[in-house]
Amino acid sequence: MNNSLIIGQYVPGNTIVHRLDPRTKITIIFFFVIFVFFANSVLSYGILTLFAIATTLITRIPLRYILKGLTPVWFLIIFTFILHIFVTKEGSVVFELFTFKIYSGGIIQGIAISLRFFLLILVTSLLTLTTTPIEITDAIEDMLHLLKKIKFPVHELALMMSISLRFIPTLMQETEKISKAQASRGVDFRTGPVKERIKAVVPLLVPLFVSAFKRAEELAMAMEARGYQGGEGRTKLRQLKIESIDFIVFIIFGCVVIGLFVTRIY
Amino acid sequence: MDITFKNVDYIYQENSPFAHKAIENLSFHIPSGSFVAVIGHTGSGKSTLIQHLNGLIRPSNGEVHIGDFRLTNDDKPKNMKELRSRVGVVFQYPEHQLFEETVAKDIAFGPENFGVYKRDIEKRIKEIIPAVGLSEELLERSPFELSGGQMRRVAIAGVLAIKPEILVLDEPTAGLDPRGQKEIMEMFYDLHQKENLTTVLVTHSMEDAVKYADHVIILNKGTKYMEGKPEEVLTQQEALNKVQLDVPEMIEFLYAFEKRFGLPIPFKRQSVKQLADEIQHAMKEAGSHE
Repeated sequence: MNNSLIIGQYVPGNTIVHRLDPRTKITIIFFFVIFVFFANSVLSYGILTLFAIATTLITRIPLRYILKGLTPVWFLIIFTFILHIFVTKEGSVVFELFTFKIYSGGIIQGIAISLRFFLLILVTSLLTLTTTPIEITDAIEDMLHLLKKIKFPVHELALMMSISLRFIPTLMQETEKISKAQASRGVDFRTGPVKERIKAVVPLLVPLFVSAFKRAEELAMAMEARGYQGGEGRTKLRQLKIESIDFIVFIIFGCVVIGLFVTRIY
Repeated sequence: MDITFKNVDYIYQENSPFAHKAIENLSFHIPSGSFVAVIGHTGSGKSTLIQHLNGLIRPSNGEVHIGDFRLTNDDKPKNMKELRSRVGVVFQYPEHQLFEETVAKDIAFGPENFGVYKRDIEKRIKEIIPAVGLSEELLERSPFELSGGQMRRVAIAGVLAIKPEILVLDEPTAGLDPRGQKEIMEMFYDLHQKENLTTVLVTHSMEDAVKYADHVIILNKGTKYMEGKPEEVLTQQEALNKVQLDVPEMIEFLYAFEKRFGLPIPFKRQSVKQLADEIQHAMKEAGSHE
């Protein structure tokens, strides 16, 4: 159905970005998201955009595929842009139509905020595009281990996360299968009055819930049968390891950040 | 209704890094009233094929004709609902589609959507319930209280209640006990003959194919590998083994028998009893020559 939506989608590959330690990626993205808000000039925006586009190119994921996959986000970006054009009243008047006045400040603000928004979305989707959900949860579990000291159930949280991530594609498949089966029995999900379409969701949701609960029970049983018990003393199959490439990437990102602050000073 | 595929390709998630061809250059013709078995290894494109039959998906390239309905990549019939009311599909594990409060309501769901009158629906349910081997007491029960086998039968009844002209079955007996498998296949075969249906059966079971089908299509990696009468296609041991399929047990037996005793017995879809008679006869004749 929504095959073009790429949020949360993983695209397998073997590029540097794919092979980076997930903790490196999460840390860099965390700081990138913060530093996006420090950009205030053409040059600083340029540096950040260059960094984001270069990373995208390295991943070898077709840019067109990513841009198309962000369709719902595009609406939001365009909406923000239009809002800024009409609401901001700074700078000189560029264009006048009856009582409407569009100011130069509005256009600049609009472009800046939209770009900021776009960079945020692009970089964060690069994380999920190049990192398997399992790697992400492993990284989060590892990065939160300090919280264990205050008895925060980090392992359980990570387990919950990985289980729910693991079952998203399964549920999507299930949804598609059931909606096809019901469409074959004459349900019309796409056309007709809204009231009818809302009613058409019931034959989809009921079987979906039934199978989700059944699946949860089976999973719990299978885990118990194999003697699963939480965090304490449990060894890992996938060990996270920081390698020299991670340091290099940190250094490059550090240069980007320094560049950003240099442009702020001058 | 006739079914015709003309050079059909189907590509999943076209124009994305995940694009993958499920069906490639597939052409065949199924005349109205035939019982066709579609056989292939997992991932050979069987399930993709059947989704074309009621317009759930449309071919990426090529044409599909179902009776007067024509499906191409950029053109779909105006009345999709009518196509779906004439082509009934029993999907794999159809019990997953049950959702109503009672068995009767669930069976009535399909025909109601297609605008069948209440009175007619009640009549249809009365006919179908014994045909699928359920008792009428179950009608007011919740489908979720039933056993797996009963749920399967309710789901099948829900498709049959639409009274389709083409019946598409995607491994309808998977996961049932042997007795149930036989009962359900016999029921479909009965219905096929009585109602003069066109039946498309997707199956892994060579035994079912040889027993019920009058035409067999073998798929491999999305393309047509073999096609023809079961007694012609299903006897080609070497060709079938190449695509990870086996000949039906009966044919395997005949080959082993010939090897051991040097007595060829041609396969012409005999029953086990007929075959026993033929073997006895052949052995006797061989004995009298010595």
